[in-house]
Amino acid sequence: MRASVIELEHVRKDFTLHRSAGGLRRERTVVHAVDDITFKVEQGAILGYIGPNGAGKSTTVKMLTGILVPMSGRIRVAGLEPSRQRIQLARKIGVMFGQRVQLWWDLPLIESFELLRHIYRVPAERYKANLQELREVLELDPFLRTPVRQLSLGQRIRGELTGAMLHDPEILFLDEPTIGLDVVARQRVREFLVRANRERGLTVLLTTHDLGDIERLSSRILIIDHGRIVYDGDIDALKERYGKERILVVDLVEPAPPLRVDGGRVVKVEGPRQWIAFERARTSAADLTAAVAAHAPLRDLAIEEPDIEDVVRRIYAEGAKRVTGSAERSSTA
Amino acid sequence: MAEILDGAALYLRLVRARLRAQLQYRSSFVLDVIGTFVISFLDFVVILIIFTNVPQLGSWSVAEVALLYGISCLAFALTDLVIGHLDLFPQTIRDGTFDLVLVRPRPTLFMVLTADFQIRRLGRISQAAVVLVYALANVSIDWTSERALVLAGALVTGVLIFIAIWVTVICIAFWTVEGREVANAFTYGGVTLAQYPIDIYDRWMRSFFAYVVPVAFVAYYPALFILGKRDPLGLPTWASFISPFVALGAALVALSVWRWAVRHYRSAGG
Repeated sequence: MRASVIELEHVRKDFTLHRSAGGLRRERTVVHAVDDITFKVEQGAILGYIGPNGAGKSTTVKMLTGILVPMSGRIRVAGLEPSRQRIQLARKIGVMFGQRVQLWWDLPLIESFELLRHIYRVPAERYKANLQELREVLELDPFLRTPVRQLSLGQRIRGELTGAMLHDPEILFLDEPTIGLDVVARQRVREFLVRANRERGLTVLLTTHDLGDIERLSSRILIIDHGRIVYDGDIDALKERYGKERILVVDLVEPAPPLRVDGGRVVKVEGPRQWIAFERARTSAADLTAAVAAHAPLRDLAIEEPDIEDVVRRIYAEGAKRVTGSAERSSTA
Repeated sequence: MAEILDGAALYLRLVRARLRAQLQYRSSFVLDVIGTFVISFLDFVVILIIFTNVPQLGSWSVAEVALLYGISCLAFALTDLVIGHLDLFPQTIRDGTFDLVLVRPRPTLFMVLTADFQIRRLGRISQAAVVLVYALANVSIDWTSERALVLAGALVTGVLIFIAIWVTVICIAFWTVEGREVANAFTYGGVTLAQYPIDIYDRWMRSFFAYVVPVAFVAYYPALFILGKRDPLGLPTWASFISPFVALGAALVALSVWRWAVRHYRSAGG
């Protein structure tokens, strides 16, 4: 097993919110933004960190990058304690917030890179080689001399990624890296991350709302809800566990009332097309197809695998229902 | 030492980058400078009008008050040129952009102080310099090298004291979003107070501005020595020489308050 580059043990962070309760009185509410979280990330992993808004994703990332100080628990990132060794850590990690501009707004892109080079004290040759490579991979040349404020969102995000990678970070933290991007730009960012992971052994932790990012990039996903980890494992296992049902879509020759077949349950009917849900473990697709064909003549059929969005929605719903129950955990070996 | 040189080199780079960005829009830049100059000049006209009607303020003549005014305004204008963008600092706390400062491998205060450099604020410097020159031409000073040194030193320590006050008061922004007015009361209020001889204020206010917010050490005590006046409040002559130590003390206080405040940073959008 590879060495862990990120370790959290029983990390907690509360926020106290003050709300006006009429007149000068104020109500205090304590929110457990991160509530006893423990996990490790191995070197070279791409970890997708997901959860609904306000679940504690950003708070976790901010504690890992030294922005926020944890209330209790132990954190190690690249062997360092983020809040105490912030400056040393900053040299070893790259951080990109999709919704914030880290480059100099009114300077040409290339000048931002120059300034970052000096802020991070990147040796001249390293800088040249890294910039050369990033320029090619992210195709920056057409807008390298354009002021950042004139860049499209996709161009700017490519610029931000470059800025986060110039100092050879060991770990890259990305907060919503593809938010607002069009399909092409999104694809380019994903390809870049896969490549940096494969070629440089870069460890990536990304938070996202886009489950497409997770499916394309992550070897492992971590779902957080109400400050607790509700799932930790790989995507296939997640589908296996929460998405036990697959769907057989059949096109009949003629419209028919919902079919009654063993091991299957019709969930939707649209003219001659019917959607039949069945459990992977109990019924095979072949048996079900045969059973359907015995009832009505078939024209066409297809099998739909569980959609990760549905799976995640179900997990959030379950998490919301659980009142005090302990967080479910499973870990990958 | 190498650390300091590296920091200074980086600072120059950042300033040059800011200047290049601001000079992209040449006409807007020229208008900005003219605008600030006109506003500052009007400030000066107001002072002139007051003093042509009030020839004496306590034991101070018009030209002597102009010396106080010149020293404190020049020190403040220099401070404003270098860190005037701190005015907008509460905004970076509110919208969470302070996060970005924390992920850079440099001290947070360095990143915040060097974040901008507004060249248009040169307008204010020229105005303060005009007043100082007017004062020096109209007061009778028995020039010695010590006095010249105290004058030059007053500008340096004045800048340091104003930076320290500014950094200390913007820390309020880490706790409340309404802190801007309070902060302004100390920074802009401080420079206004430092423009007049502090012996005209009542005792409570005098002690506050001498010992708590040490603006009395920006111009008042150095000016006493330069003019060869005795302190009407009875402090011995050495009070005029302790400004640099007061400035260092204020800087250390500012640094500790800053560090403490940053550890309490909550970030936006938790």
